[in-house]
Amino acid sequence: MKKLLIGTALVTMTTAGSAMADAHGTSACLITKTDTNPFFVKMREGAQAKAEELGISLNAYAGQIDGDNESQVAAIETCIANGASGILLTASDTAAIVPSVEQAREAGLLVIALDTPLSPIDAADATFATDNFLAGELIGQWAAATLGDDAANAKIAMLDLAISQPTVGVLRDQGFLTGFGIDTVDVNKWGDETDERIICNEVTAGNEEGGRTAMENCLAVDPEINVVYTINEPAAAGAYEALSAIGRQDDVLIVSVDGGCPGVQNVADGVIGATSQQYPLLMASLGIEAIAQYAEDGTLPANTEGKDFLDTGVALVTDKAADGVESISVAEGTDLCWG
Amino acid sequence: MADNGSYEEVVQTRTPEDVAHFDDEKHGIMGRIQHALHVNPALVPLIILVFAISLFGLLLGQRFFSASTLTLILQQVQIVGVLAAAQTLVILTAGIDLSVGAIAVLSSVIMGQFTFRYGVPPTISIGIGMAFGMGIGAISGYLVSRVKIPPFIVTLGVWQIVLAANYLYSRNETIRSSDIRENAAALQFLGNKIQIGGANFTYGVILMILLVVVLAYALRSTAWGRHVYAVGDDPEAAQLAGVNVHRTLMSVYMMTGLICAIAGWVMIGRFSSVSPSASTGVVGNIQSITAVVIGGISLFGGRGSIYGAFFGAMIVGVFEMGLRMAGADPQWTFLLIGMLIIAAVGADQWIRKVSA
Repeated sequence: MKKLLIGTALVTMTTAGSAMADAHGTSACLITKTDTNPFFVKMREGAQAKAEELGISLNAYAGQIDGDNESQVAAIETCIANGASGILLTASDTAAIVPSVEQAREAGLLVIALDTPLSPIDAADATFATDNFLAGELIGQWAAATLGDDAANAKIAMLDLAISQPTVGVLRDQGFLTGFGIDTVDVNKWGDETDERIICNEVTAGNEEGGRTAMENCLAVDPEINVVYTINEPAAAGAYEALSAIGRQDDVLIVSVDGGCPGVQNVADGVIGATSQQYPLLMASLGIEAIAQYAEDGTLPANTEGKDFLDTGVALVTDKAADGVESISVAEGTDLCWG
Repeated sequence: MADNGSYEEVVQTRTPEDVAHFDDEKHGIMGRIQHALHVNPALVPLIILVFAISLFGLLLGQRFFSASTLTLILQQVQIVGVLAAAQTLVILTAGIDLSVGAIAVLSSVIMGQFTFRYGVPPTISIGIGMAFGMGIGAISGYLVSRVKIPPFIVTLGVWQIVLAANYLYSRNETIRSSDIRENAAALQFLGNKIQIGGANFTYGVILMILLVVVLAYALRSTAWGRHVYAVGDDPEAAQLAGVNVHRTLMSVYMMTGLICAIAGWVMIGRFSSVSPSASTGVVGNIQSITAVVIGGISLFGGRGSIYGAFFGAMIVGVFEMGLRMAGADPQWTFLLIGMLIIAAVGADQWIRKVSA
């Protein structure tokens, strides 16, 4: 039995020992939270297009579910073993992934956080992201300006991302409240506000199903809600379904963040009042360029003036422009949309 | 088994010299192979494992077929490997444990939080975490054995309870690796490495291998191990033959809980941080069942070797690493693993036809 096992193992192992030489150019890795969310799909397309243009080979990895840290750790290890020059990372667990990022940087890889800053933000060599706080602030200002005097006694539902409070969710939530003129208490977490106008904080997992359930829960608390902040457009679409079910879809203001094509279409259809559009294609292509540059001469990408990351821009998309809040039309948003 | 002394004496004195074995009646090369596979249930997964390593070695060359990458695969499967060892024990008794991953995550959170929230010395926190895992196992065991609720139902409930308790208790806070490094290095002990050339063996990997070897010995060569098989094969017959079924089941579930807690400690070593939202809590059960099934262990109980489960975990790890290195879409990995599961059980059925 033992001889049989060992024999079988040895014979086949030795035959496999002959290795082929590696063709080694510059290679990069893209690690996203999932590979099903259109945002990440678009990110991957942007990275692949740019990589082909620059003659870089790109490997893309993703977690099974949003929040899957284990898969991302394994992906980073693979990139190191593969001898990649750099990694573009959208972290699922911004604190837990840090030791693996340290390992990659020690091995001489450039690590750029895309979309979601790590905690601490300087754990990565650079961060290319939307200013999520600003994205939230814009929809907050727009909602307050649109309501006018009614903003003082608004009833607001906050549909957040996840109970683990990922940075991106906190920034958008707190940005929205700041823009609306509500005291955020501790700006590093949501849910600790005391303002009477906030009816509920519910989590959506960033999808339609979660958005609908969360909105139903909020309406159970107070059926008179008239402003709904949502973490992203799928969650907003879910919230709209819940409002339609009780016939309140036309007297509630829904605001969101993302600027994906279905979301912009929803702004056109009046499902969403306004959304802050971000630019994942740009994030990914800039990231690939930075890795190419780093592989060539070791230069690190620079941050946007006055911020600790490179801001890839954000624009408010709505056809109901509000005074004092800069915005672009739905037609312009459609030209720039993704997904 | 103390109260069955008379039974044991009778059994021991009457034991014939020749132990039961399968007769090799089939002839021809196919029959021989079938027989060899039937007698050694871990052989099929081992052959698949070696084949997979060879395949990716040929495809990817030195990047894959190097000491550092192959030992990296061991590091990547250490958590699932330990969980699969725990899962094997329960499945051998014809049960199934859906709570293994959740117990591992909660145990790791307890080890971390007791240290940082209550100032307990880390070594004692580790002990408390393990005791906790064992306690949860004891509850499951009691519900299965005494209350007679099917294991699937019991552990489905326990899984939800443990996972929710984990989120509630931890307030979903990740304990950062830098804090652990400075204040409680013992928690990360299993992350330390022994380097031999390009090979890196973390203590967690060594612990996993030791655990598998010790359990394999216990299952094969001790009375307790034979009782586990007997209970899985036919509990009534085992009871009649003098096996204390209740005590055997309790010991299996407690042992499983303890090993899951060990997996929690392994997790801290691997990830350096303590994260209550680790996906092992959600998918660890499926991953461990996958390893066990690919390892040729029968879900009907009473048949299979724990080495098989270890090879099963390795097979999944090799495929994941190889396909990742080749730059394949991750969905292909899941698709292949799914096919492997069905193929493994199909092969198992073919082998069982030996006596047909």
